[in-house]
Amino acid sequence: MEFKDKILEKLNSNFPSLHVETTDFRGDFCIKFSADKVVEVCNLLKHDSELQFVLCEDITAIDWATSKNRFTMVYHLFSLENKFRLRLKVDIDESISAVDTVSSVWRTANWQEREVYDMYGITFNNHPDLRRMYMPEEFEYHPLRKEFPVMGIPGSLPLPKK
Amino acid sequence: MGLEAKLQQDSFFTTTFDAIISWARKSSVWPMPMGISCCAIEMMAVGDPKYDIARFGSEVMRFTPRQSDLMIVAGTVTYKMSHVVKKIYDQMPEPKWVIAMGACTSSGGMYRSYSVVQGIDQFLPVDVYLAGCPPRPDNLLNALIQIQEKIGRTKARDFQNLPNPELLKN
Repeated sequence: MEFKDKILEKLNSNFPSLHVETTDFRGDFCIKFSADKVVEVCNLLKHDSELQFVLCEDITAIDWATSKNRFTMVYHLFSLENKFRLRLKVDIDESISAVDTVSSVWRTANWQEREVYDMYGITFNNHPDLRRMYMPEEFEYHPLRKEFPVMGIPGSLPLPKK
Repeated sequence: MGLEAKLQQDSFFTTTFDAIISWARKSSVWPMPMGISCCAIEMMAVGDPKYDIARFGSEVMRFTPRQSDLMIVAGTVTYKMSHVVKKIYDQMPEPKWVIAMGACTSSGGMYRSYSVVQGIDQFLPVDVYLAGCPPRPDNLLNALIQIQEKIGRTKARDFQNLPNPELLKN
């Protein structure tokens, strides 16, 4: 049995009601599912003795600039044991703009989710320390949102006096 | 006339106060290496034996602003970093000079974006802008020579201004 099928079988047996979409493009295997199950699925992927996705390489997001499913959260996982790279995708509506934190699963997700919050304004439920990562704390905008102009908003970032 | 001839006999020479002070200043410009990104690598190359900034009396890179005369801002200055750069500049004693090294520092360079200051002259008085991305070490030496020429044109009295009272408040 191929490793991809093993992942899907584990997901199906543990979450029978979960609707899973998969894509497999040039060796990049990707799983898409609903946002409310993200912590449970991540816990399974990390702690299952055969899967062992112990490394959370990156967490990022996509802004599609649509009112329905505006954001997509993207999780890049790697299984050192199986030498397998997996991508998870989760859609979020603009009206919610929030998703449960996976920092309880991978500690490294703490800062990565802070980065996503800083850049996209997506909040993470139950996050231990949701502060901005890069921009100054008093900054009011989220730069990687599509409505944010590339050159920024004049006066939003103060310069020192000459 | 008579005095000069007398002094030259005894291995003395006469000059003006301004000339000797500006000569001393320009021959011992101590840089503050404000290396923020890749330009700092070229700035390090200036210190090595091949380019050898010591030929111009500026080998004493001081990593404290309180002992330096020249700030070489080498790299991309973001809005967040700008406050740090300004604070360090304010700590340098007068007289002081600034080189904006490279495209990013001079104009934002290729970082035409919300986070990068589009030229440090928005908050610092820049004496020499240095083109290049990054500039070659000999280009930085050229900038240093330009600073030296500028110092040579100054008079000692040009820098008799008192410290900025705004800064003393803090």
